[in-house]
Amino acid sequence: MVKNEKIAGFIGKKTLRLASLLVLVCFASFMLIQYSPIDPVRAYIGEMPVTPEHKAQLEEYWGVNTPPQEKFLNWAGDIIKGDFGTSLIYRMPVINVIKERFTASLVLMGISWLFAGFLGFVLGIVAGAKQGTWVDKAIKIYCYALAAAPTFWLALVFLMIFSVYLGWFPIGLSVPIGVTADNVTFFDWVQRLILPALTLSLLDVAKIAMFTREKLIEVLSSDYVLFAKARGEKGMDVVLRHGIRNVALPAITLQFLGFSELFGGTVLVEQVFSYPGIGQAAVAAGLRSDVPLLLGIVIFSALFVFFGNLIADIIYEFVDPRIKQQEASI
Amino acid sequence: MGDKVEISTKNELMTAFKAVAGNKRKTEALLNVEDLSLSFTQYASGLRQTELKVISNLSLQAYKGEILAVVGSSGSGKSLLAHAILGILPSNAKLDGKIEYDGEELTQARKEEVRGNEIALIPQATTYLDPLMKISSQVIGCVERKNEGLMRKLQREVFQRYNLRPEVERMLPHELSGGMTRRVLVSTAVISSSELIIADEPTPGLDEKTLNETLSYFKGMADRGCAVILITHDIEAALKISHKIAVFYAGTVLEVANVEDFKNNGENLRHPYTRALWNALPQNRFQAIKGHQPMQDEVTDGCIFYERCSKKKALCSQGIPQLKQVNGGMVRCNNAA
Ligand SMILES: Nc1ncnc2c1ncn2[C@@H]1O[C@H](COP(=O)(O)OP(=O)(O)OP(=O)(O)O)[C@@H](O)[C@H]1O
Ligand code: SF4
Ligand SMILES: [Mg+2]
Repeated sequence: MVKNEKIAGFIGKKTLRLASLLVLVCFASFMLIQYSPIDPVRAYIGEMPVTPEHKAQLEEYWGVNTPPQEKFLNWAGDIIKGDFGTSLIYRMPVINVIKERFTASLVLMGISWLFAGFLGFVLGIVAGAKQGTWVDKAIKIYCYALAAAPTFWLALVFLMIFSVYLGWFPIGLSVPIGVTADNVTFFDWVQRLILPALTLSLLDVAKIAMFTREKLIEVLSSDYVLFAKARGEKGMDVVLRHGIRNVALPAITLQFLGFSELFGGTVLVEQVFSYPGIGQAAVAAGLRSDVPLLLGIVIFSALFVFFGNLIADIIYEFVDPRIKQQEASI
Repeated sequence: MGDKVEISTKNELMTAFKAVAGNKRKTEALLNVEDLSLSFTQYASGLRQTELKVISNLSLQAYKGEILAVVGSSGSGKSLLAHAILGILPSNAKLDGKIEYDGEELTQARKEEVRGNEIALIPQATTYLDPLMKISSQVIGCVERKNEGLMRKLQREVFQRYNLRPEVERMLPHELSGGMTRRVLVSTAVISSSELIIADEPTPGLDEKTLNETLSYFKGMADRGCAVILITHDIEAALKISHKIAVFYAGTVLEVANVEDFKNNGENLRHPYTRALWNALPQNRFQAIKGHQPMQDEVTDGCIFYERCSKKKALCSQGIPQLKQVNGGMVRCNNAA
């Protein structure tokens, strides 16, 4: 059947794409680090006093004197086996750090992703349905203003208003001072999540709202809406029956395509709010030369973005019947 | 079976009832369009506004139980006429003249009230169906929940009448073949129990068999007492089933002829353009006339066909010819007697 062939072709293409992406990402980041002026041994030792024998041992362990190609192959071989090495700053296996941090980030990103998607969609539908009215104009101005504001700046403003001035939320740190991570209550945790999640979602809101608005206006001027009107459907009927149905899939696709921006935003937001996620770990790893952790994070974030795109592609190719209609009419 | 007859005749009964009630104006047109003009306001370079006139001085009538074909070449404004009657023109359109429906002026408010239940449009293509909505929901349309059951039953009856299998209900538009799409679109009008049906180019791209089938649906509607306006550029198809033919040219109707006028060498045709159309038919001389219809921005003072007419007189370039009743039809030509 044609359908099965199409699915097989799709899977094949995507697997190939994933493999080449990973190889490229690994190679590029390895090269960057290899030729950067960072000395991992010094970074590991830090302020600790060490004996020369100990230092030589460490150099051996980090492979300072092995040639780069051999080092790359060793490292890549370990990764294929699932061994990402040991983080220098956290002193535990990279994979564990990533697991813990990524989970925290996924919660943050997931919440803001859903919130932004929902709010943006609603705003976009309202603006599009009321095109040209003051409601539409207000939403548009709001969106332009948000889209023009840099994440980092917005995060700082929020922190100043809500945490410093109003005191509604803690200023930073995921765990209250003096409490061990195990004793954090759910409430503490939620309280520390709200502000970063809000900041992260607001930018996304603007993007999805403007997109939804454009799409809805396009749908409302389509032949099928004209026909619906000719059959007696009126204003809101049309938006509810035809508008939402036809705008939803493209909007969801756009949300999945936005994974890379979401990740980029998280790095900044986590930094400002001291939220213990993968973004914060990435910055720490970069600043303090934690090479294994940095490489691990690079690989996982590449995977994350790849899957966002993959889902968008699946929706586009297999879920949306309009694509089939277009193919049929060519 | 008995059930089927009952349901499908419910609307017909209504129509019949109304027909009896309005018997005194039986000879009156269900739709009467008089001196209709339509122009678009456009912003040319800068803030200069221009008026683009696409329909001018158009008059036509549609009667119950009759099919009126509106025949004209591409871009002559046929679809816009349909949209004007239904009140679904774009916002930059300006409409002048008179449209009466059932003896009363058809204002925008009344258009919004009657469309979908008294006046129905049968659109041209699949693009007029929502690509993501099940066929049955589209055919039934937006109805109150309490009427949904009744409408679904009615829809099944209509589908059966038009040979649409029950699976079609659950399909999406892209799953339909060309012929099925045509029948689904026809169903949307039938289920609405409208009295005036405007079909906009329902025939292009259909094979001979499907074409005849589609035409027979319209014939059926007229036989049940509807007034049908069949918009097309296929004059041959129009001649097969219509009672009257309105010849559309550059945004106006030049002649309304009876179908019989096209027989006997077309001698009874009143307008030079209609005769030219007749000559262009394959079974006749297959001779197309030279030139093309004037563009919307070309302003003419006289007869709109002047440039291409072989019978023009000096008078023809001064003022638009009067619309005259000739031999049971209408014509806008100085030469018609
Ligand atoms: N919104 C608009 N603004 C300006 N001009 C328009 C607009 N819509 C249609 N027109 C013009 O009006 C003319 C008539 O259009 P219309 O669609 O009614 O033609 P038609 O007779 O139905 O042709 P066809 O056989 O191709 O369907 C076209 O030439 C088109 O360019
Ligand atoms: S009015 Fe004159 S120009 Fe126009 S069609 Fe008649 S004869 Fe020809
Ligand atoms: Mg048309």
